[in-house]
Order: sequence, then structure tokens, then C-alpha cells
Amino acid sequence: MISVLEFLARLAVWLFLAPLLPGIINKVKAWVAGRRGPPVLQLYYDLARLWRKGVVLSMLTSPGFIAGPAIAWVAVLAAALLLPLGPLGTSLSFRGDVILLIYLLALARFCTAWAALETGSAFEGMGAAREVSYAVLAEAAVITAVLTLSMQSGSVSLSAMLTPSAGPGAVLLAVGLFAVLLAENCRVPFDDPNTHLELTMIHEVMVLDHSGPPFAAVLHGAAMKLLLFSVLLVQAVLPVGELSVAAASGAMIGGVLLVTVAVGLTESLTARVAFRRVPLLLTTAFLLCVFALLIAWKGGAA
Amino acid sequence: MRRDTPFTLLTNGAALSWADVSEWPLAEFLRNVNAELDRGERLISFFGVPEGDALRLVAVLAFDAGNTLAVGRSQPFTGSFQALTRTHAQAHLFEREIWEQHGVVPENHPWLKPVRKDHGAGPAVGDFFRVDGREVHEVAVGPVHAGIIEPGHFRFQCAGEEVLHLEIALGYQHRGVEEAIAGGPHHSTVYQMETVAGDTTIAHATAYANTLEALAGTEAPLRAQWLRAVALELERLANHTGDLGALAGDVAFLPTASACGKIRGDFLNLTALLCGNRFGRGLVRPGGCPLDGDAERLGRLRERLETALAEVQQAAAWLWDAASVRTRFEFTGQLGAKQAAAIGLVGPAARACGLVRDVRFDHPAGWYRFAQVPVSVWPDGDVFARARVRWLEIQRSGDFLREQLDAVPEGETMSPLPALAPNSLAVALVEGWRGEVCHVALTGADGRLRRYKITDPSFHNWTGLALALRGQAISDFPLCNKSFNLSYCGFDL
Repeated sequence: MISVLEFLARLAVWLFLAPLLPGIINKVKAWVAGRRGPPVLQLYYDLARLWRKGVVLSMLTSPGFIAGPAIAWVAVLAAALLLPLGPLGTSLSFRGDVILLIYLLALARFCTAWAALETGSAFEGMGAAREVSYAVLAEAAVITAVLTLSMQSGSVSLSAMLTPSAGPGAVLLAVGLFAVLLAENCRVPFDDPNTHLELTMIHEVMVLDHSGPPFAAVLHGAAMKLLLFSVLLVQAVLPVGELSVAAASGAMIGGVLLVTVAVGLTESLTARVAFRRVPLLLTTAFLLCVFALLIAWKGGAA
Repeated sequence: MRRDTPFTLLTNGAALSWADVSEWPLAEFLRNVNAELDRGERLISFFGVPEGDALRLVAVLAFDAGNTLAVGRSQPFTGSFQALTRTHAQAHLFEREIWEQHGVVPENHPWLKPVRKDHGAGPAVGDFFRVDGREVHEVAVGPVHAGIIEPGHFRFQCAGEEVLHLEIALGYQHRGVEEAIAGGPHHSTVYQMETVAGDTTIAHATAYANTLEALAGTEAPLRAQWLRAVALELERLANHTGDLGALAGDVAFLPTASACGKIRGDFLNLTALLCGNRFGRGLVRPGGCPLDGDAERLGRLRERLETALAEVQQAAAWLWDAASVRTRFEFTGQLGAKQAAAIGLVGPAARACGLVRDVRFDHPAGWYRFAQVPVSVWPDGDVFARARVRWLEIQRSGDFLREQLDAVPEGETMSPLPALAPNSLAVALVEGWRGEVCHVALTGADGRLRRYKITDPSFHNWTGLALALRGQAISDFPLCNKSFNLSYCGFDL
């Protein structure tokens, strides 16, 4: 019974806290620009509005157009539930769960791209092509980061891997993972979540034809993914697992807020890079993770 | 610097008798126009004047180096004529327009299709240039766009992310402005002129007023000419500032994007201070300016101008200091000076290709005969150059306004407009913020307007955008588009 309640509590945390992050980012951006900005809870209002709306379907689409966002949302949520939360650990832990996490995220991406291709629109095909080609590089960086953590903990289970801090490579890993977080969540400098220009979009252009509840699932899934990467980043760098529950909660909340504000500041102060430079930036993130891996490997041997 | 030419010469803002305009048989007319274009002169207007069932072609050329305009006409003909486009690309849209408006066929025209009208299904439905091959795909954008902009259709031929060819189909906003003036000027004509392109209200209204004043053989009072120049530079400041902000917005550089949006509004409010309307509607009328500002109001304008200029200085400094912005702007959407000259590019877009081409300098009329603005040129022809020219013009228009507001001329601002001279032709050029605005008016025997031809700078420059996109990443299209920032309704008329 306790475990069921705990599971529901975790579910609630992921479902209800995730939409807060984009709101905070937008507030930071508005603050830097000297505007008042939309309310922090704006995404909640948007989700509620979308949920009440109907769905517009093109005559050309197959059921995959609706199934895509649904499967993607479930996959992201499942990935989030695999992630341990500091000393509370995870409700479901097994050897190799980190591999499942990576594949669940890949599944989510596959389903979004699939639904995008279902529309038959030139825009969405273009967006899907961009998304998956940049993902190749972003995934390499994530896998290297995971290898680093696995190397220093000697485990392939998330709850064991995330417990110790990343040691001297922590800074490298943090920067590398932050870049991946920006790329995976379509933030500046990789993508511009605020743009209305279809031709320049990566992620947004894939979901142009979605409306109503499926679009709400897309938006909510994106918010959960952002929270997931923030939590992963904080735990990969800070030894949250070794703290008491109260201190760990404080550190986690503070860390996630810090990451969110950093995303907002990055977006406020830099322009986005040209598409042809995105691979360069992602390769840099990958190399940072490689060096973190080298430090974990050689540092561990010494 | 007058040189030997068979054409009739006139200056900007002048009128002459229709009978005095050089006239040749069609073939000779085309040969003469071709010869002048070969010498590097510019075609600023090229249109047909119906004579019964036949048609006369009229060409207006700009001899920039000689600070004069030249006009010539053909004898009436029917059927077809040899296209100039084969040798001079700048005639391309003009000849398509003549074909569309009068039904005479420019023979051997390489790309003869409607300019604005369609087959009833919209300009996006028709023949487009196609590129074939493996991995070549077509992307159609518009006429409905995601942002709050005007309707236009863009057809890209792409290989992956690279644009091989872009074709632009406009005409969704065709309102029949030129047709509506025939038999005028009507009561509504001046309002229609102000809305040829809403963001270029002052420039179009001034060009219209200049043609009518020239035809009536009068000139606006000096203070009215001064007011028009002040308003024209304010219009330039507002739009250039907005453009710098929009360029920053397109590369997601928020500081400048946010600030410029606000400062653009401040400049618009300065125009409102002059005439009560942010776009300058009601300020310019044939005969002068019906509204005038008193010393106190002009003092306030001077003060607020200083604040806005200081703010735009800061916002631009952020833009130029950001390396991330520079890497996006440089080498994007490049257009060479040779290409730009061949297609007859005008305005900041031409000056950003290193062409020294500015009506205020080449063909000064009105107040610009007494007060000059330096021509702002940048050589590279990329997005960076177009942004840079805008910034130079903001500074120079700012200096011009400071100077003008410190020495306000006294006097009347409105004079009565006599009746228009019958059978006369007048040409007026105004350097609007987007480039050369050209109005040509022809009166009939009754002293009413028989033909009125408007050439908005966008008419020349859309081709420039299409060329700038070749070999670019399709994701850079919005940025290139914004760097030209052309008018759809100014083109569509």
C-alpha cells in the first residue's frame, strides 16, 4: 500500500511540476528584456485550454498521427519514473535500467517524428529530418555521459550510478550535459522555441499540425523531458543521494531552479547558431563528456 | 553633366509637355532604351499608355551620374514587341506587367507569367520553375504565414537544406490602385496614395504631391517641403529601427529585439506629434502640408528624438557586440554588386551591395536640394551589410533631424493647387526608407490624370531576395527576407 502511494506521489511530482519550468524560463527572459512576461503558470492554462479543444485531422493522416504523441508522452513519463530522486531512490530499479531510459527517450523521438511524417507536409518532413540528424550527435553525448557515471560507480543501474558525485570530471560533465539539455529540449542556441518561422524550426515544425489534446500531450511531454534532463544533470553533478531527505530536496529544487534560470539567461543573451554549426556545438558537448569519461577512467585507476 | 542622348531630359519633380517627349517607332524606341541600359543607366519605370486600340510604351530612365531623368516613348503599336529582358534583367518584371495590363506580348521573354493577377485560383497556383533530380524537393510557403505579415507565396526548390532556386508569387493584395486614379485626381486619391504601402505613407504621399504640384506648375511652400523631409526621415528611423529589432529577433537575440520594438514605437510617436497619426497620414497633401507644428511642439519633438536616438544607439551596440549575431549575419544571403546592378536593385539593399544609389543624393528634390544626407554604403552584400547600412542611415537621419530641428524655416505650409496642365507628364522620385519610390503621372487633354504609374522599391527588390537565397540554407530564408523587408502591398498595388 505504501509503495502504491509513493508511486502515485512520484507520478504527481512529474506530472504537475514539469509545466512550471518553461514558465520560469519565460519569466527570466522577460525579466532580462525588461518586460512583465506571461504568468509562470501560463503552460498550465494552455494545457487546460488545449484539453478542452477539439482535434483537427487532415484527411491524409493515419492513426499514427494521434498514436505518435500518445506513445511519446508515455515513453517520456516512463523514463522520468526510472530516474531516482536523491535519497528516495526509485520505485523501480534494475540492472541496466539506464539503457531503458535512453531507449525510452529515443522511442519518444521516433514517435514524434513518425507522427510528423504522417502529415505529408514538406515542413514537417524537414523538421523530422533535422530532429533525428541532430539527435545522433546528442545521443552520443548522453551515452558518453552515462558511461562516465557508470565507470566511476562501477554499476549500470541508475540509483547506484547517480549516488556519488562525478568527482573531478564534474565540471566537464555538467557543461556537456547542459549543452545536451539545450539541444534535446529545443532551446537557444540550437532551436528557438519562440519563433513563428516554420523554416527555421526543428522541433516545433514537427508538431505544427497537432491540435487539441494530442498537442497538449506534446507540450506536456516536452516540459517533462526538460525536467528529466534538469534532474539528471543535478544528480550527475551533486551528491544529492548522500544527503538527508530535507537537504536533498532543497539541493534538488535549488539545482533544478539554477539550471532553469541558466537556460533562461542563455536564451536572453545569445543568438541561436546557424544550422550548419549545430553539429559543431554538439560535437563539443560530446567531447566534453569524453574527457569526463577519461578522467573517470584514469582517475579511478590511480 | 549632360551628354548626348536621344531621350528627353528632365529633373526629379518636374513636368513637361507630352508632345515634347521623344517619340520613335517601336523598334527604334527599344533599341534606344537598350543602348542607354547598355551604358549602365537605370530603368526606373516602364509602362504602357493605351492609345485607342493600340499601345504606346513609355520608358523613364535615371542617369544617376548626371543627376537627370530621361523619358522616351514609342509610337502606338499592337501585337507584340521584342523583350528587353533578354539583354537587361531589370526590365523583367516591367515587361511581364505590360503584358498583364495591356495584352501586348514581349517576345522572347524568358519567363512570361502574370505579375499580380492569377487564373482565378490565386498566384500560388500556376507554373513554377522546377528543378528535377534525386533528393530535390519542393517547399511551398504561404500565402498564409505564421506571423502577422502580408500574404505572399514562396516556392523553394531544395536539395536537402540548400536552396537551389526560389520563386516568389505575389498579387494577393492587388487593389487596383493605378486603375482607380484614372480620370482623377479624385477625392479619395490622396488617401489611396497614403496606403499604397502603409509603412511608406510619407514617401508615397510626397511623390504623389510632387507630381501634382509639377503638373500644376507650382511648388509647395518651403516650410512644407521641410516638414515633408522631417517626416520622411522619421519614417526611415522608425522602420530601420524596427528592422534591426526584427533581424535580432530572427536569430533569437532578445536584448536588441525587445528594445527596438519599443524604440520603433517612440519614433512613430514623433510622427504622431507632427500630424496626429503614427504613420504620417494627413501630413502631406498636394500643395503643401495642411498641418503644422508650433515652436513648443517642435521643441518637444527635438527632446524626445534625442532620447530615442540614445536608446537605439544602445540597442544597436548590443547587436554589433554579440559575436553570436555576427556569425549569423556575415556571409548570409550574399548578393554581388554586379548582380545587384543588373536587376536594378534600389534602396538600402542596393547600397549594402556597394552601389552608391540614393535619390536624396542623385536626384534631390524638395528640401533635399538645401540639406544633404550622406549616402550610406557597405560593400559586402550580405545580411550583415544590410543591417549595417540601416544602422548608418539611422545615425545619419538622426544627425539630419537634429540639424533641421535646430534651424526651423518660417512661413506658410499650404498653398492653393492650380489646375493641372493638360497633356503633360511629370515624374517624381522619393527615397523612401525601403528605396526609390517612383510616381509618373500623365494628364489628358482635359487636364485629368490619364495614366498614373507607381513603382514601389519592392518591385525592383523582390528579385534581389530570390537571388540572395541561391545556395543558402533554407533555414536562413526568414533572416534574408527580413534583411530586405520588402512590401507585398507596395508591389501588388
